[in-house]
Amino acid sequence: MAIDIGWGTTLAIKTVIVLGIVPLTALILGYTFLLKMMSHMQSRLGPMDPGGFHGWYQLIGDGLKFLQKEDIMPDHADRRVFALAPAIVVLSTFLVFVVIPAGPRIRVASLDSRGLFDGVGVFYALAVSSLSVVGVLMAGWASSNKYALLGALRAAAQLIAYELPLVLAVVGVVIQAGTMSLQGIISFQQHGSLFGWSGIGFPLILTQFVGFALFMVAAQAELTQPPFDMPVAESELVAGYMVEYTGFRFLFFFIGEFGTAFAFAALAATLFLGGWSVPWVHGTAADVLGPFVLFAKVMLVAFLMFWARFTYPRFREDQLQAIAWKWLIPIALGNILLTGLLKVAF
Amino acid sequence: MKREIKGMLTGLGVTFKTMMKPAVTVQYPHEREAPAPRARGVIALKEENCTVCMLCARSCPDWCIYIEGHKEQRPPRREGGRPRSVSLLDRFDIDYALCMYCGICVEVCPFDALFWSPEFEYSETRIAQLLHDKHKLGEWMETVPEPEPLEQGAEVKGKK
Repeated sequence: MAIDIGWGTTLAIKTVIVLGIVPLTALILGYTFLLKMMSHMQSRLGPMDPGGFHGWYQLIGDGLKFLQKEDIMPDHADRRVFALAPAIVVLSTFLVFVVIPAGPRIRVASLDSRGLFDGVGVFYALAVSSLSVVGVLMAGWASSNKYALLGALRAAAQLIAYELPLVLAVVGVVIQAGTMSLQGIISFQQHGSLFGWSGIGFPLILTQFVGFALFMVAAQAELTQPPFDMPVAESELVAGYMVEYTGFRFLFFFIGEFGTAFAFAALAATLFLGGWSVPWVHGTAADVLGPFVLFAKVMLVAFLMFWARFTYPRFREDQLQAIAWKWLIPIALGNILLTGLLKVAF
Repeated sequence: MKREIKGMLTGLGVTFKTMMKPAVTVQYPHEREAPAPRARGVIALKEENCTVCMLCARSCPDWCIYIEGHKEQRPPRREGGRPRSVSLLDRFDIDYALCMYCGICVEVCPFDALFWSPEFEYSETRIAQLLHDKHKLGEWMETVPEPEPLEQGAEVKGKK
């Protein structure tokens, strides 16, 4: 049942979907975890009135409020860079969403078998998520504010430092699955079997638990979430590199932060938990069920991330860097070595 | 290192446990909690006890009580006696925009004309409406609860 739509219309539809889904997921994550889960962890209720039912409208109202604010730019700010910075941060979020599959045939762009880039979904996702560093630096510099700059420098140092554990953690997965394509990794997990029993397939978290832990820690740091939120240390730098931003520019940063949280959680769910796949469902049923399964797994992973976020106090900058360089990277390298050896041996 | 890791896991457990426990928030105004009977909500005036001695107005730290009164003659109690003069209130206003709920006026009144009531929901949209006059203060008397029984062995001071 193939309907013939031209590539222009397809592109337009895909653009609209990605543009719509990213803020929507940011909203859902922000509401469920930031407003409700955090509140209950602090013995309070969170928003209850907006929208009547447990305040579901709160974030939408917040968004609308931000949109109608005055657009303030510091006097000596670099106007164009100041305006572009949040756009770049959000852009990197959108680009990660493009490649995450939500079903055997549901993905915006496949990056499988495209000649040179045969099956490089993982590589692309990790590469493109690093774009936000540039946006952060632009924001800090263009704000013409010493403290914003300090925040941006800390952020850049942190993001770059934790790129390595993030990537190295994924290498173990790639070695074991034998492919860098996301659909390939998912299908490896779906059709795999544990000691001959294929009941739950072979979620890579079972053997790559070190990789999973590394990925979660590194993702936490990539998102500048506590305990790695030195760049946005609210009680010290106010909002760090975002301090001069108001109105819809700040909204962009916010959407970028929570959208990226969803994107990393989706990556973790895809690489370690099997993404959209449930082992005994194939074909069109998987197409329909896929997005919901992926969503459930993403919420689970996001729960872990936000749980850690609301529990731990902040690391000092030097502790933060020490953890990345002195602990996570050696552990990741060890994991790769072990995985490679075991893969060759068995 | 082991101690730190154990500490981190305990921390996670604490936040998880707190999350599962229901919050004790009372969602005002959808739900209400009755305040204690001796809670200081609003001051009520029992006009028949007031002798316009002005002690409350003088002792109020904020000067938020406005009193005006006049004297009238009453017939003597016995034949051939002197007519007695009584003071009557013309105006007794309490400005709740100024009142700091310290209770000095209630405490100092020698004739028990002022009472505390736990009623607290009297917010207004205009500040001028926070000046409660004699009539309104008399209405608050209906919300004044019965005095609580004294504890064992307490000194009984006077009648209400």
